[in-house]
Amino acid sequence: MIDSTQSFRFFNRGPSPAVRLVFFAVLSLLLLFVDARYRYLESTRSALSVLLSPMQRLATLPGALWQQAGDFFITQGTQHSLIAENDELHQQHQSDAAQLLQLQALQLENQQLRKLVELPIRNEFTTQLVEIIYAERDVFKRKVLVNKGAGADVRIGQVVMDDAGIVGQITRVYPWLSEVTLITEKDHAVPVQVVRNGLRTILFGSGDTSRLSLRYMPVSADIQNDDVLVTSGIDGVYPPGVPVATVVKIERDAAYPFAHVTCLPVAGVDKHRHLLILSSLPKLPDRPAESSASDADKRTKVRRKN
Amino acid sequence: MPYLNMHTKPEIQLPVSNTFIVLSLLAALFLNGLPLESYWLMMRPDFVALVLLYWCMHKPWRVGIGLSWAMGILADVADASLFGQHALAYTILAFGGVVLHRRLQMFDLRQQTIQVFGIFVLTYAMYALVHWQVNGYVVWPYFLGCLTSTALWAPLNIMIQAMRQKRVDRERHS
Repeated sequence: MIDSTQSFRFFNRGPSPAVRLVFFAVLSLLLLFVDARYRYLESTRSALSVLLSPMQRLATLPGALWQQAGDFFITQGTQHSLIAENDELHQQHQSDAAQLLQLQALQLENQQLRKLVELPIRNEFTTQLVEIIYAERDVFKRKVLVNKGAGADVRIGQVVMDDAGIVGQITRVYPWLSEVTLITEKDHAVPVQVVRNGLRTILFGSGDTSRLSLRYMPVSADIQNDDVLVTSGIDGVYPPGVPVATVVKIERDAAYPFAHVTCLPVAGVDKHRHLLILSSLPKLPDRPAESSASDADKRTKVRRKN
Repeated sequence: MPYLNMHTKPEIQLPVSNTFIVLSLLAALFLNGLPLESYWLMMRPDFVALVLLYWCMHKPWRVGIGLSWAMGILADVADASLFGQHALAYTILAFGGVVLHRRLQMFDLRQQTIQVFGIFVLTYAMYALVHWQVNGYVVWPYFLGCLTSTALWAPLNIMIQAMRQKRVDRERHS
């Protein structure tokens, strides 16, 4: 039926749908290949994102308005709970202040000791407060977009945390936005250490749930429920000693060489609106070049996934 | 069929203005951009796909595969997916709409919905297939989106049809 209408056409309408389909499908596949393999198209993407950004801001307006309205009614309605919360925060602040004094003393002492034994002094990192504009809109991904980009000197690879621990890493920077990949993204790796005994390992995101897992822990490894995992600082991407996750479940099955360890992130990975971007992390000396080809291959793979 | 105004009530269909088409597509992009979370996100219908399919079916010479592809590129940027992922899916969607537009226009809304479901499943499968090829896994709840998209087909049809009808009335009165 289609053929007969096409062969007997008075007006030329251009190429037939099938030809167009093939043309555009091939074009899409080509773009897909280029984008997935080489990442040449980032500038095009950021140019188009500038075009789209007014509309995206508009789309977040209803949510923001709803939240503001909610805030307004909370201040009107539940004043008592606010007063109680205020008191609680005051107490918290006082105890924190006392601890902070202690920490400062300890830091000084630590610096002196490190000077004595001639270890490099640990750098302080500075932070930048950002707000989540929208959460992941693709169910496949654990990503959020925050409201500072290249304009505010945000760079790819910077670490994002909240008040409790690591949340993720900057993976893409637009002029006014940047994209944060959460640590729960599938195959996202964080080098960590068990606080209790200093055991080093790597923590992976599991993708479809907000859980994390330790993949290559030997069955005999010394790890327990409620162990806290902090960043080890190895590789220089993450600062050392920031909490990442706690162990919630360990399955040791003799049939498998590795124990199956499930962890929950410490930070409110899916909760807050405000996050901190860490900047000015200390630069590590370059990695020595003489690594075998397979090793280098593995490393680029990990970096690409990060 | 009481709501089938295409056959029961002949109407004068004025040519749809280009601005109306563009505005409807922008509105769809806007709706896709609403910040939804977890369960709502899984249930989110693909408004851009819905509106594109509507126009491909009703105005196949105005909104075709090329425009759908361009909308796909915009959706790729908005969703931070790979370039060409939405574009490929929407290309197939538009092809389905353009090729089947005569057949679909003969059906009433109920029959259309069944046909449209097939097209949506194909579109979603294409998107998931690309994701699977690149990342190596598929999230099955993603396919819930084709159910909600299909469920919105009839309301969307009635809405746009009514909007077009209103324009005709207004111009007739003036």
